Amino acid sequence: MAVRDHLRTLRLAAWLGWQIESNWARPALFLLYSFIRPIATTLILVIMYLIIKQDVSSDPAFFSYVYLGATFYMFVSSVVFGITYVIHADREHYQTLRNIYISPVSLYVYIIGRATGKVALAALAVVISMAFGILVLGLPFDPMLVDWPLFAIAMLLGLACLVSLGLALAGISMLTAKHSTSINEGVGGLVYLLCGAVFPITVLPAWGQAIGLMIPVTYWLELIRRSLYPGEGIAMLGGLQDFGDLTILSFLLASTLVFAALSLAMFHLADRNARRKGKLDMITTY
Amino acid sequence: MSSAIEVRSLSRVFSGRKEIVALDDVDLTVEEGELFGLLGPNGAGKTTLIKILCTLLLPSSGTARVLGYDVDSEAKQIRKRINMVSGGEISGYGLLTIRENLWMFTQFYGVQGKVAKQRIDALLEEFGLEDKADVKLRTVSTGQRQKMNIIRGFSTDPDLIFLDEPTLGLDVTTSISIRNYLRRWVREREGRTMMLTTHYMREAEELCDRVAIIDRGRIVAVDTPAGLKRRVGNDSSFLIETTPIDTARLSSLTGVRGLTARPSNGHLKVRMVLEDESVIADVISAVVAAGGKVVGLSKNEPTLEDAFMHLVGRGLE
Ligand SMILES: Nc1ncnc2c1ncn2[C@@H]1O[C@H](COP(=O)(O)OP(=O)(O)OP(=O)(O)O)[C@@H](O)[C@H]1O
Ligand SMILES: [Mg+2]
Repeated sequence: MAVRDHLRTLRLAAWLGWQIESNWARPALFLLYSFIRPIATTLILVIMYLIIKQDVSSDPAFFSYVYLGATFYMFVSSVVFGITYVIHADREHYQTLRNIYISPVSLYVYIIGRATGKVALAALAVVISMAFGILVLGLPFDPMLVDWPLFAIAMLLGLACLVSLGLALAGISMLTAKHSTSINEGVGGLVYLLCGAVFPITVLPAWGQAIGLMIPVTYWLELIRRSLYPGEGIAMLGGLQDFGDLTILSFLLASTLVFAALSLAMFHLADRNARRKGKLDMITTY
Repeated sequence: MSSAIEVRSLSRVFSGRKEIVALDDVDLTVEEGELFGLLGPNGAGKTTLIKILCTLLLPSSGTARVLGYDVDSEAKQIRKRINMVSGGEISGYGLLTIRENLWMFTQFYGVQGKVAKQRIDALLEEFGLEDKADVKLRTVSTGQRQKMNIIRGFSTDPDLIFLDEPTLGLDVTTSISIRNYLRRWVREREGRTMMLTTHYMREAEELCDRVAIIDRGRIVAVDTPAGLKRRVGNDSSFLIETTPIDTARLSSLTGVRGLTARPSNGHLKVRMVLEDESVIADVISAVVAAGGKVVGLSKNEPTLEDAFMHLVGRGLE
């Protein structure tokens, strides 16, 4: 019974999220926002890479390392910040948060549903960025050599982990004003640096590496790279060469489970706090 | 059978730069099937009480039970059976149509598809919104958005509905038809309860079975509108019409329980509640002393407004 209710909530919220995401009233703006901006961000990194390394073909593994990391990191920003945005948008722009809050639906499930639109868009942006990399920049890629099962499992776990992280931050968003995105940006920047998104964590000081190894995103990106790169060369770069694919997969699974549990606890704590402090229908005044 | 709402020693404090006691040791019982009103000046704590009862806000101390469940520990059970709408509420997803917005909310409550559709259609017609049903919400007027939210409240067929100033900002005809609907909604099926807040005495008087008068976080009186009026006593409600004067002096006279002044045709109509009839002589002297000229004086049947002044010591405006 309860499961059926949650599924219904998930479906409705996903539908709503998609209606909001695909609001093509101004297609140019939509395209700009959803694709061109994230891809441009990736390209800045590529240009920086080219300035340092001169050309792509001299070190294809390292180029793939940077390009795949930057491309798939789009999921992180899009999902994590997309989810926290749901709280602020529903509370202040649509002013529906309190109506949803006092309804029988689980806010947690509702937010996951709303996030699916973001995930779909991020996936599209990643596909476009990959196509651009392969066709224009000569990113090494061979569909016959991709470890598809590993890729699929890694994506599934990775998304679960990102959604958890997003929900923990969404909990915090319930308590904060709309313009205080600094927490999110801080977390985002930190994760970016510590998870080996564009450079191997081996260049970090020991404490940085230690933290990096506790973030599931690190394992996720490593598995994505290993599964997509044709050949072995890329596994040597990330500082995780001592671990086999399955070991890393189990790290990812374990850390995702821990993250999910933590985020659930954090969300419930924040929910209670918001209800105690009367923050659920707060409108940020400037 | 338990009451629809049972509030015991309920307090709510907002901490900030200055501590605000929004509700101060409130006790209140509302029975199933009642149309219950909360009447009080701005900042009295009406909205705060409603927010606590509809599980949006936690009490600071004391307990509140809604439909037999505790608002703190059993919110889940409460949420299935209540709904809440506040006046001037413009919430909703602008890129969905009115019908889609309403549909989504009924589905959050698990209302069966066909039932939801019929109910939404009937309510859209009831509130004269059927021609806007398939129009995107962002293109409709504020009042129409507000009507949609009132429909949202009823579309889930709650056992208990909270309405915070439901007719705020709506035009007169709309307000009347909404009041009619509210009355019918409570009367037509047994066991449905409504709690509403209002600033309009007429609304409280016309609609409510019982009214709680709330001031500065405290419940001053709970009674039927007739019962509240009876408390004023027969001899003490007056209307004086005078040339314009400063009424501040009048309100500070001993024996004046409360007054409201409204300008009318270049004169001032002062409605007042006195401790007893004899005080009227002092009042007239004070008007004259303030430079005013009394052009009319009448004794009135007490209204709910007089009862309010009698109990709170000032008018509602
Ligand atoms: N979130 C909040 N934070 C701080 N103070 C608050 C908050 N909500 C309400 N208050 C304060 O609590 C008191 C009661 O407010 P409430 O909104 O319950 O009054 P009300 O009776 O609904 O008034 P009105 O008729 O103006 O709607 C007011 O002094 C208000 O400033
Ligand atoms: Mg209010």
